[in-house]
Amino acid sequence: MAKEIIAILLSALLTENFVMVKFYGICPFLGVSKKTDTAIGMGMAVTFVMGIASLFTYLANTYLLVPFGLEYLQTILFILIIAGLVQLVEMFVKKSIPPLYNALGIYLPLITTNCAVLSSALLNVQNNYNLLYSVLFGVFAGLGFTLAIVLMAGIREYIDEKAIPESFRGFPIALLTAGLMAIGFMGFSGFSI
Amino acid sequence: MKKQTAVGVFLNGLIKENPTFVQLLGMCPTLAVTTSLKNGIGMGLSATAVLIASNVIISLLRKLIPQKVRIAAYIVIIAAFVTMIQMLLEAFLPELSSSLGIFIPLIVVNCIILARAEAFASKNGVLHSAADGLGMGLGFTAALSLISAVREILGAGTIFDIELYGEAVQPMSVITLAPGGFIVLGILVAAVNYIMRRKGEKKNG
Repeated sequence: MAKEIIAILLSALLTENFVMVKFYGICPFLGVSKKTDTAIGMGMAVTFVMGIASLFTYLANTYLLVPFGLEYLQTILFILIIAGLVQLVEMFVKKSIPPLYNALGIYLPLITTNCAVLSSALLNVQNNYNLLYSVLFGVFAGLGFTLAIVLMAGIREYIDEKAIPESFRGFPIALLTAGLMAIGFMGFSGFSI
Repeated sequence: MKKQTAVGVFLNGLIKENPTFVQLLGMCPTLAVTTSLKNGIGMGLSATAVLIASNVIISLLRKLIPQKVRIAAYIVIIAAFVTMIQMLLEAFLPELSSSLGIFIPLIVVNCIILARAEAFASKNGVLHSAADGLGMGLGFTAALSLISAVREILGAGTIFDIELYGEAVQPMSVITLAPGGFIVLGILVAAVNYIMRRKGEKKNG
């Protein structure tokens, strides 16, 4: 079991990194990666939501959809659960942990439309993960997202916009940077336990 | 703001406010499925169908949906149409369905669709909303087709699965892999920026 958990961890972080290899969660990856500390905040918020979303979508799928043969409702139910959870997390954090809310506040509502969350829920079902593996996969994939966005922010802080041809400033140069990072992540492909 | 005709709304979405190259929305499918022209067009048209249907329904219901729960209501409407498209693709185009894979259900979280619901369909009539959905959807499809054509020609050496170079050239396979997606899109967006800037200079100069 320990071996399987390590395999899930390594594939979610490196070989199947959600952002650099699988293209999930590109919008926040490009939108919120200008500063390292906001990138860390976004990464932590996403990881947290992915963990609990994996838990609740697993429960809903196993005890609600599968027994009644309603698997075709997965997309609708999962996105509703995620939207609801994000709202609840936002209210809870705002009331009980104000410093965390101040750090994450603006990113929380964005997470509903982060496709990394929905895709981890759907992949859990596709891969037939049990409860423990589902939650771990959600958390590890979130950490993979955090890794990518923090690395990206670290690089972007050093990019001098004035030295770049005008047409490439902003979004295009961010995409080219991400492309070079993705080449780096390709080096992990084929690695397995 | 002056009142636009339905045709004007359609052209606005297709070219002037192209969702991919100008608004930079919906990046996940843009990068992930554009490995071949077939996938790009399939994804673009599926998203277009969802976009038109959700825009029409949201426009019809815009006076009935309470302000506070509108985002949740939009998401449910969009998710319902995505599920229908997913089932239709599985039934009639199983090959396309398996190559697009998880990115079909992920149309739900494509920001273009929610953005058009919030910014356009919730404020405009049915005809205009349908035109907006069609324009934005085809704009998205055109962008995906362009990106995927470039990637397929350079990366796989084929177009619509037809061999282009024969034995003479070995294609650059990195273009169809993840890094190529980022790099091709980056260069295309820069090219669009350049063209836009030249046009702006001409107008002002």
